[in-house]
Amino acid sequence: MSTTTRHEPAVLVLEDGRTFSGQAYGAVGTTVGEAVFSTGMTGYQETLTDPSYHRQVVVMTAPHIGNTGVNPHDMESRRIWVAGFVVRDPALRPSNWRSQGDLEDALREAGVVGISGVDTRALTRHLRDRGAMRVGVFSGPDAGRPAEELRRTVEEAPPMVGAALAEEVSTPNAYVVSPPEGVTPRWTVAALDLGIKGTTPTLMAARGIRVHVLPATSTWEEVLAVEPDGVFFSNGPGDPATAEHEIELLRRALDAGLPYFGICFGNQLLGRALGLPTYKLAFGHRGINQPVLDRSTGRVEVTAHNHGFAVGWPEGAATDEPVPTPYGPVRCSHVALNDDVVEGLVCEQVPAFSVQYHPEAAAGPHDAEHLFDRFVTMMEEHRAQA
Amino acid sequence: MPRREDIRSVLVIGSGPIVIGQAAEFDYSGTQACRVLREEGVRVVLVNSNPATIMTDPGVADATYVEPITPEIVEAIIAKERPDAVLATLGGQTALNTAIALHEAGVLERYGCPLIGANVEAIQLGEDRQAFKGVVERCGADVARSAICHTMEEAIAAAEELGYPVVVRPSFTMGGLGSGFAHDEDELRMIAGAGLQDSPTTEVLLEESIMGWKEYELEVMRDRADNVVVVCSIENLDPMGVHTGDSITVAPAMTLTDREYQQLRDIGIAVIREVGVDTGGCNIQFAVDPDDGRVIVIEMNPRVSRSSALASKATGYPIAKIAAKMALGYTLDEVPNDITTSGGLRPPEAPRTASGEQRHDADRWYSAAFEPTLDYVVVKVPRFAFEKFPAADPTLTTTMKSVGEAMALGRSFTEALQKALRSVERAGSSFHWREDESPSPEMARALLDQARTPTDGRIVLVQQALRGGCSVEEVHDATGIDPWFLDQIQLINELAAQVHDEARLTGDGRLSPELLRLTKRHGFSDAQLAELTGMTEDVVRGVRHALGVRPVYKTVDTCAGEFEALTPYHYSSYDEETEVAPRERPAVIILGSGPNRIGQGIEFDYSCVHASITLREHGFDTVMVNCNPETVSTDYDTSSRLYFEPLTLEDVLEVVHAERQAGPLAGVVVQLGGQTPLGLAAALKAEGVPVVGTSPEAIHLAEDRAAFGRILAETGLAAPRHGTAYSAQEALAVAHEIGYPVLVRPSYVLGGRGMEIVYDDETLAGYVDRATLAGPDHPVLVDRFLDTAVEIDVDALYDGHGLYVGGIMEHIEEAGIHSGDSACVLPPFTLGRTELEQVREATRLLAEAIGVRGLINVQFALAQDVLYVLEANPRASRTVPFVAKATGVALAQAAARVMMGTTIAELRREGALPAHADGGVMPADAPFSVKEAILPFRRFRTQTGQAVDSILGPEMRSTGEVMGIDASFGAAFAKSQLRAGTSLPTGGTVFVSVANRDKRSMIFPVKRLVDLGFSVMATEGTADVLRRNGIEAQVVRKHSQPEGSSSSGPSVVERITAGEVDMVINTPSGRDARADGYAIRAATTSLDRPIITTVQQLAVAVLGIEAMRGGPLQVASLQEHAASLDLFGRAAAPAVDARG
Repeated sequence: MSTTTRHEPAVLVLEDGRTFSGQAYGAVGTTVGEAVFSTGMTGYQETLTDPSYHRQVVVMTAPHIGNTGVNPHDMESRRIWVAGFVVRDPALRPSNWRSQGDLEDALREAGVVGISGVDTRALTRHLRDRGAMRVGVFSGPDAGRPAEELRRTVEEAPPMVGAALAEEVSTPNAYVVSPPEGVTPRWTVAALDLGIKGTTPTLMAARGIRVHVLPATSTWEEVLAVEPDGVFFSNGPGDPATAEHEIELLRRALDAGLPYFGICFGNQLLGRALGLPTYKLAFGHRGINQPVLDRSTGRVEVTAHNHGFAVGWPEGAATDEPVPTPYGPVRCSHVALNDDVVEGLVCEQVPAFSVQYHPEAAAGPHDAEHLFDRFVTMMEEHRAQA
Repeated sequence: MPRREDIRSVLVIGSGPIVIGQAAEFDYSGTQACRVLREEGVRVVLVNSNPATIMTDPGVADATYVEPITPEIVEAIIAKERPDAVLATLGGQTALNTAIALHEAGVLERYGCPLIGANVEAIQLGEDRQAFKGVVERCGADVARSAICHTMEEAIAAAEELGYPVVVRPSFTMGGLGSGFAHDEDELRMIAGAGLQDSPTTEVLLEESIMGWKEYELEVMRDRADNVVVVCSIENLDPMGVHTGDSITVAPAMTLTDREYQQLRDIGIAVIREVGVDTGGCNIQFAVDPDDGRVIVIEMNPRVSRSSALASKATGYPIAKIAAKMALGYTLDEVPNDITTSGGLRPPEAPRTASGEQRHDADRWYSAAFEPTLDYVVVKVPRFAFEKFPAADPTLTTTMKSVGEAMALGRSFTEALQKALRSVERAGSSFHWREDESPSPEMARALLDQARTPTDGRIVLVQQALRGGCSVEEVHDATGIDPWFLDQIQLINELAAQVHDEARLTGDGRLSPELLRLTKRHGFSDAQLAELTGMTEDVVRGVRHALGVRPVYKTVDTCAGEFEALTPYHYSSYDEETEVAPRERPAVIILGSGPNRIGQGIEFDYSCVHASITLREHGFDTVMVNCNPETVSTDYDTSSRLYFEPLTLEDVLEVVHAERQAGPLAGVVVQLGGQTPLGLAAALKAEGVPVVGTSPEAIHLAEDRAAFGRILAETGLAAPRHGTAYSAQEALAVAHEIGYPVLVRPSYVLGGRGMEIVYDDETLAGYVDRATLAGPDHPVLVDRFLDTAVEIDVDALYDGHGLYVGGIMEHIEEAGIHSGDSACVLPPFTLGRTELEQVREATRLLAEAIGVRGLINVQFALAQDVLYVLEANPRASRTVPFVAKATGVALAQAAARVMMGTTIAELRREGALPAHADGGVMPADAPFSVKEAILPFRRFRTQTGQAVDSILGPEMRSTGEVMGIDASFGAAFAKSQLRAGTSLPTGGTVFVSVANRDKRSMIFPVKRLVDLGFSVMATEGTADVLRRNGIEAQVVRKHSQPEGSSSSGPSVVERITAGEVDMVINTPSGRDARADGYAIRAATTSLDRPIITTVQQLAVAVLGIEAMRGGPLQVASLQEHAASLDLFGRAAAPAVDARG
């Protein structure tokens, strides 16, 4: 195989004009999206198939990508979602006993335009200093278009603030994930798919939960129709400020006193349902090494993150006291050790909690998997009271 | 949790001398720990017998005991210092074993000083293989099927059950000592037999073979709140079967999916919890079946290790430093990540508001409770020393055999691998494309066959086999190396072929800028490109620079760029953006010494670190360049800037260029890191780089035989008669003129490489004829060998006007034993004032004539009252740290200042050197410091499983050294011989067999031993001489004598092996050791009993034994010694006058 001539040229153009050149990787053509970087050293397949990355061009800081190929078990959803993929050194060939295919082939099949050979560290540092921004990747003949034209294409891309994307990634039809053989079904949960990752219902099912995964557009009646013991809102892409329908649905669940657990987008929506603000971080948290302090235990968990938006603690509110909301006081249960971002909420008078990070990991450490047990405990207590 | 208030003083146990399997990494980790403890206001008491370490510098601990690390001595220190706690997890296996012995003897309890870091139960769980198996199973993970055996019969039965091959692992040994693969019962008897002996608990574990599986390692940290982080994952390129210390290793793991990696992480965390490591670091090794992913836990070390040092350097996460903080009770989230934290205190954690900015410069505090993420690849390559032990079996096994390692970072595996291979600095260690044509298919197949057996340099065989057309699959089948790695090597070969073709195509070797850049991105050196294009390295570099193809420098930041790094810890890469910051202070670039090897070890790192420390304090920014991950010099805290780079001319020139762009450059220091940087001096100067201190021309004067001859003539100093030969005939002519015996050696060597003492024509001709030795560029030096001389070593400073004698050392062995292997004593114990004056004057004359500005080391031989100059080296020597500790003067710091232009007189005035005295004339009541070499013979076996011969000679073989210091010479010597598992006996049986020439000198010391109550065994001839002198000796049969001839019963070798002999005195006659002598020494070495191979050693050993019988050895700290020695005259009136 020739390593130097196989690939056509490609160019990456940022909204602020900075340009990086490289070689085409994956599909050839043009793509635009929000440039974000992910610092995980493992788990590129999970990242690519995480619906939260919809409309984002993901820069991998790990220099070698594709080493372990792709396999059907590490898919977090039915397809690759990223809008574009930026790597430094793609693997020449995959090597892993579970591998069933080559990553670049998978990207090509999915039509994902990527670029390789980029100084990804320089690009990452740029995004860190200037914040996430729009980007275009142009490969093959498109790479040769005039620079001004490329820049204009990037500027015409829709920004992430104000984007409502959950419906675009959500399942069109409801489906059920049942507990595996040998595990007694004890609970039913209505899980709203705002971009859910496959591991999430799997981990719930392992705890005896029948998980009804519902489209983002589901109505309250449809939620009630599964006779849920609890309601779950998943992770997902986009600006939480746009998710009016989902927030309304969540308020109905809180009104009904149903136990609620939210992850990522589901945390932001709980915040908004309670009346807390959300905001966009400069460059977000994307990686699998992020320390989060559980303020109730003082313990630190190393966790998987993928969020550009976050819940803002009310200005002037006491930081270690609960703040009042229409649903009673809410506490900030978790904070990010690196930058104090609110990473979790817990309500004191209604059975509801959520985290901004990913206890389902995939990719990432399993330190926070016990949160699914906490959800089960919450449903147990609720059932006992009822 | 805040730190424990009940700990106000801590005893830190170090790791002792550098040995294979336990090297400089423990100086790095121990130094970090001591500094942390002192910052926390804890009084640090340190014990470490290794003088070449930074940690034993008097400034690092409050009380520094350079004393033997044995339970008795450490108990004496505890009794004297009464520490609140003992920290033993930073001193390797030596410290852990000592701590366990102290615990078992009830010492820790008696003095109320518990272990901190890991508790005894955890240490035992981690080290006791049977118990550990239970731990792993309780964590729901798998272990290899195994059986624990205490006798050979049990072992044989167990192996039958498990099926051959089986792995044999002795319990409680370090660096895999004594372990190996047994393919049949014969091999099992050999390996398990030795293993049962090596294990302090007479215990070996037999395991099912998982040879060829993938091997991984995780570095895990835990605090007392049970927070756990994984600092680093490491993947071995060499699959299971090669000790991880001897494997090429890669960080992070390259061929694991997240699912698989998280499985290892989950197991690792479960194990550290189950074992109960309270706080600190530990490493866990895994084997993974490449076919189905079955995971087996191999072992866990509940302490910092070689791997954790590597992981610290690879990630920027200082494991030892943080482990020390956790031992004091801090939790991970209370400790800052130095790389990204700008300072200040941990901010009170408060949830951010929507308008809150993501923190930037103002209050940047990041905690150590996270897992580093890498945006680069790290490759470590081991460095071996088989050339020093020609008889040793070079096959790599589960017993570690490497003596050092080099690490390199790159933005891709290929870049990091090629940089690491050239960092190893051994001829043939890098990939090559020498012949015009690839190896033929037959040759490739032969190479592949060779590569089936893991050896030093297998990676090059693999590269050549691929080049010759073997497929990745074939090579994978033969070696077990993962196809992903092989594919990367294949890529390197493909690029080389492209370069080769393109250079031929253009006719004049030119390359397109694109191809040139691409090859550099994959780690090709200018030298490799020169080879491929037929140009010279200089021309390649010239073209490259003209095209603007230069490396950029990235930063090791623990977080892949997510946060700004404040610590300039750089590595080169052919990428787009450089991160070298501008600076204002003038920079001094210090070139380190590269991977540890025999002859160039930690002693040189010591001098580099000292130079950096002092120059930073005196107005310079110091820039360290080195590639050895074990050392203090490559701690990002040591210098203003650290470049983790190979020490080749190309890599150094690029650093110089980058730093010149960044600000003013005061110069480059090449004289402190040993031969590696010294060898670059002339080329650097030719490139216009300012070399500070002694000039490259002056260095050449000392190294070039003819030039040095002129200097000797000028100064009127004597040298042994000598000549230079370019062929065997010339060598014989020289030898006939000057007379036998002669000492022969290649020019320009360090550590006596290839040096031999020759007694006759035949041996001499054979020596020179060994093809590689002599040639037009590589003459052989032939010196008259002074057999009965006393050897003297001097370390001194010269500034162009004044001389400061750091110390004068007298060797205990006679001339002919390499100075690095010879025990020596300071102050000299048999030299008179006149002789010392002579030595001082000769040193001054040499320093002046050579033009030294900084350190000079001179070796003299005193024979029949004539002082001969053996050699002079205008650079830091191996003995600088020993001299510094023996005299209480920071010699290397003074040297660095002199190199930058400060005079000795100024240093004396400011108190950096004693105002009047120096180390050349020590007060009469000065304590004696004895330096003793530590030899690795026990590590090696011949291909038939025998121990390798342990005779000393002019070629250096020791890996490290210990220092014994005491008011009496005998006690100082006894201490230098005392370490875990071995010491001079105070009674029992000695076996004596000496060469005829030594029979006269042996009588008095042996008589003394008998008076002290020893019984004597001797071979017939020696026994006769002893008997005639009134010494009764039991005659024992030589090994080669048939039973029943003149004596009967077991042979001497059998008696030694049976443990009947407590000390062996055996002086060999000539270089060709007779078979008997070899068998005797081999048996003694195997049992680790003291063996004396020279009569001088015997005489001082008797003094040592007398000292030990005089009552328990006393302990004193270096600080106490320095106060009583008082060279600086701080306590009393002016000391002895000495010229300055």
